[in-house]
Amino acid sequence: MTYTLEGATGTWEIVVGLEIHAQVISQSKLFSGASTLFGGEPNTQVSLIDAGFPGMLPVINHECVAQAIRTGLGLKAHINLESRFDRKNYFYADLPQGYQISQFTHPIVGSGVVEIELSDGSTRQIGVTRLHLEQDAGKLLHDQDPKRSFVDLNRAGVALMEIVSEPDIRSPEEAGAYLRKMRQILRYLGTCDGNMDEGSMRADVNVSVRKAGEPFRTRCEIKNVNSIRFVTQAIEIEAMRQIEVWESGGTVDQETRLFDPGRGETRSLRSKEDAHDYRYFPDPDLLPLVVEQSWVDELKAHLPELPDDKRARFQTEYGITAYDSGVLVAEQAMADFYESVAKGRDGKMTAAWMTGDFFAALNRTGKAIEESPVGADKLGGMLDLITDGTINGKIAKEVLETMFETGEAPLEIVERKGLRQVTDTGAIEAAADEIIAANQDKVEQYLGGKDKLFGFFVGQVMKATQGKANPAIVNDILKKKIHG
Amino acid sequence: MSLDLATTRRIAKLARIGLDDQEIETVRAQMGGILGWIEILNEVDVEGVPPMVGTSQTTALPQRQDAVTDGDRQNDVLANAPDREGPFFTVPKVVE
Repeated sequence: MTYTLEGATGTWEIVVGLEIHAQVISQSKLFSGASTLFGGEPNTQVSLIDAGFPGMLPVINHECVAQAIRTGLGLKAHINLESRFDRKNYFYADLPQGYQISQFTHPIVGSGVVEIELSDGSTRQIGVTRLHLEQDAGKLLHDQDPKRSFVDLNRAGVALMEIVSEPDIRSPEEAGAYLRKMRQILRYLGTCDGNMDEGSMRADVNVSVRKAGEPFRTRCEIKNVNSIRFVTQAIEIEAMRQIEVWESGGTVDQETRLFDPGRGETRSLRSKEDAHDYRYFPDPDLLPLVVEQSWVDELKAHLPELPDDKRARFQTEYGITAYDSGVLVAEQAMADFYESVAKGRDGKMTAAWMTGDFFAALNRTGKAIEESPVGADKLGGMLDLITDGTINGKIAKEVLETMFETGEAPLEIVERKGLRQVTDTGAIEAAADEIIAANQDKVEQYLGGKDKLFGFFVGQVMKATQGKANPAIVNDILKKKIHG
Repeated sequence: MSLDLATTRRIAKLARIGLDDQEIETVRAQMGGILGWIEILNEVDVEGVPPMVGTSQTTALPQRQDAVTDGDRQNDVLANAPDREGPFFTVPKVVE
């Protein structure tokens, strides 16, 4: 399905590329020994290097390099064994050095690919152009004083991975799917927490429009969009704006724009006259970064299983559907939970309970899977009780609810509440006899062809046994008794 | 190589240095001289010579282990702040 927008002069398609800034998970900063923790007292996690004091020399953090390589491997990308650092020069109050140390001509990671899945089940490959390491900037607070902005440098110098996509994205939905997939991969790899609320993952969105079959037209860059929803909105709004400009006979200027979700518009951030000229040049403080292939191989050998691989394995190993598998691998913790329950049990049954009643209960309690009051052992124990016939599926729902409330073990609940399944045919027969006797009219109707009434009898017997009767036995007994 | 006035103004602006017309002309002439001097390097035949990336004999970039070894020195960091406000540097308001 091609996504298009209708203008006055015909149909337009959109071309989108994303630059994702992902904060690297590390203890200390890219070039200094200051902490990367979020939310510290202002300007306490700052070294004199981060603050741009004269004469301070940057020394690169080995782990940040490892994280960039892991990410590159996770994106099935080429790792450049030699890469370099450049200075990107500009003046802004959040950048005390007056330049950002970045990688311009020789990034550490070359081209890779990400597969995205769309709501109609189709998949697309989105190219990754490159990934490079660079420093994050400090943070400005504009609301503390009428005339001044306050500067906190705790974030200055934290390692970022800038991940640049090819202009392969053709709809807002694809952009959202790409961001979600990237976040999932980064989280699996443990290289970025993907938390867009705290700004540890942000996106710059490049948008242009064109008529079908045309080469690319001029693009605009929308800076620092901080949620997936805003990215999809910004693309739509910016594409419509550009279509109007072209159709009214104007020209789209290449410029940086800002998305204002409140007003639902993008607006120019810098006039063309002020367009940045970063005057990149090799950082004389830093030699080329050279890594050994053997180290890259070692990092690769210790890479965790990635979401796509895990999803495929779940389907073959546990016989579950692509859909369920996709839901279960969305978060690593969820996948781990599933796997510890499903091991040695029925994979399909486990998936059905997890994606159904279990997730519903988690949602109700507002808890993440890591803090679930019902652990994998207890959910597994409950499934065992169904499998060995101790309880039926209906009662199991009640047991699960109770587990969420009290944290008891499933068998404890069954014993305490007397929920054992009734398999005693005598008791079920007695209940069936009573119900048949009391509902002779319905028996007539049923025998006269109203097949659906059978469900009524089953329901009544279950009710009489407080839901504890074995449904298969109830069916058998009722059939025998009614048909004689 | 001679530098034109427009380029000189642009460089001054990017460097956030305010220069009046007379100063611009002085700087233009001086920078032109420096560029001309540097251009002598173009006479060297570098065919087949890889670009030099540093003066060090060892080509490996030194790396440090990932450990917190610095920080908690707010007063040092803020010592030169011209307009400190509590734990913050402050600057004239910048809002886009």
